[in-house]
Amino acid sequence: MSLASVFNIAGTGMSAQSTRLNTISSNIANAETVSSSVDKTYRARHPVFATMFQNAQQGSDSLFADQDQSGSGVQVLGVIEDQSSLTPRYEPNHPAADANGYVYYPNVNVVEEMADMISASRAFQTNVEMMNTAKQMMQRVLTLGQ
Amino acid sequence: MSISFASALGIHDKALSFRAQRAEVLANNMANADTPNFKARDLDFAAVLAEQSSKAQGGQFQLNRNNSRHIEADGFPVGDSSLLYRTPAAPSLDQNTVDLQLEQASYAENSVQFQASFTLLNSKFKGLIGAIRGE
Repeated sequence: MSLASVFNIAGTGMSAQSTRLNTISSNIANAETVSSSVDKTYRARHPVFATMFQNAQQGSDSLFADQDQSGSGVQVLGVIEDQSSLTPRYEPNHPAADANGYVYYPNVNVVEEMADMISASRAFQTNVEMMNTAKQMMQRVLTLGQ
Repeated sequence: MSISFASALGIHDKALSFRAQRAEVLANNMANADTPNFKARDLDFAAVLAEQSSKAQGGQFQLNRNNSRHIEADGFPVGDSSLLYRTPAAPSLDQNTVDLQLEQASYAENSVQFQASFTLLNSKFKGLIGAIRGE
């Protein structure tokens, strides 16, 4: 029954949004984590979302595979690291400073992360409301003939 | 007069299942509101209605019979013509065409229409029960 799959779709949506919230909180928590080398410094992480389809065995590289179906939720393909440049700061008195007196700060933009957090939170709420509405519709059907 | 469920219920049971299907499509749109390159979709009620009524007349692609010994074959639909792509109101940077407010409005509208279809179907059943009991 297709109403039951609304629950699955909302579930995948909530799971994806909570993964996004997780990466955001990790980014904000590590916004000031300094390091003495470029390689060891924390980089901002972002999840990559993709649509899930029912007949995934047909291969996702076909352009026309998803024409006849609407998809069945959202999945997180992976978490990528932001490759933009880090911020070196001249702080010779810092315990983590390198030989030239520089420490490296992560490329986390806290303002951007906060805006992303609100967006993820709202999207999560939308999924919950969607599930609630589907539940009401199903409960209504159970009273058929009464 | 024989009572069959198909003629007694009319279009209302199919309308109800259409509303459930549309709820699934709209739910998928909202779940993918932040997916890059996702294209929002919707079911067209008029197209589904036309498809159902053409199915009742023998299907869209029926085999032509010009000899009495030809085997009759049921028509088959080609793809799902009613599942269309939404026209985006504003372009977005990640090629996503989901307008969350629009989808929420459609979902709420669809939910109310589902209840309307349900009420009509329920009254059909109540009528049948009344006829059986002779009230």
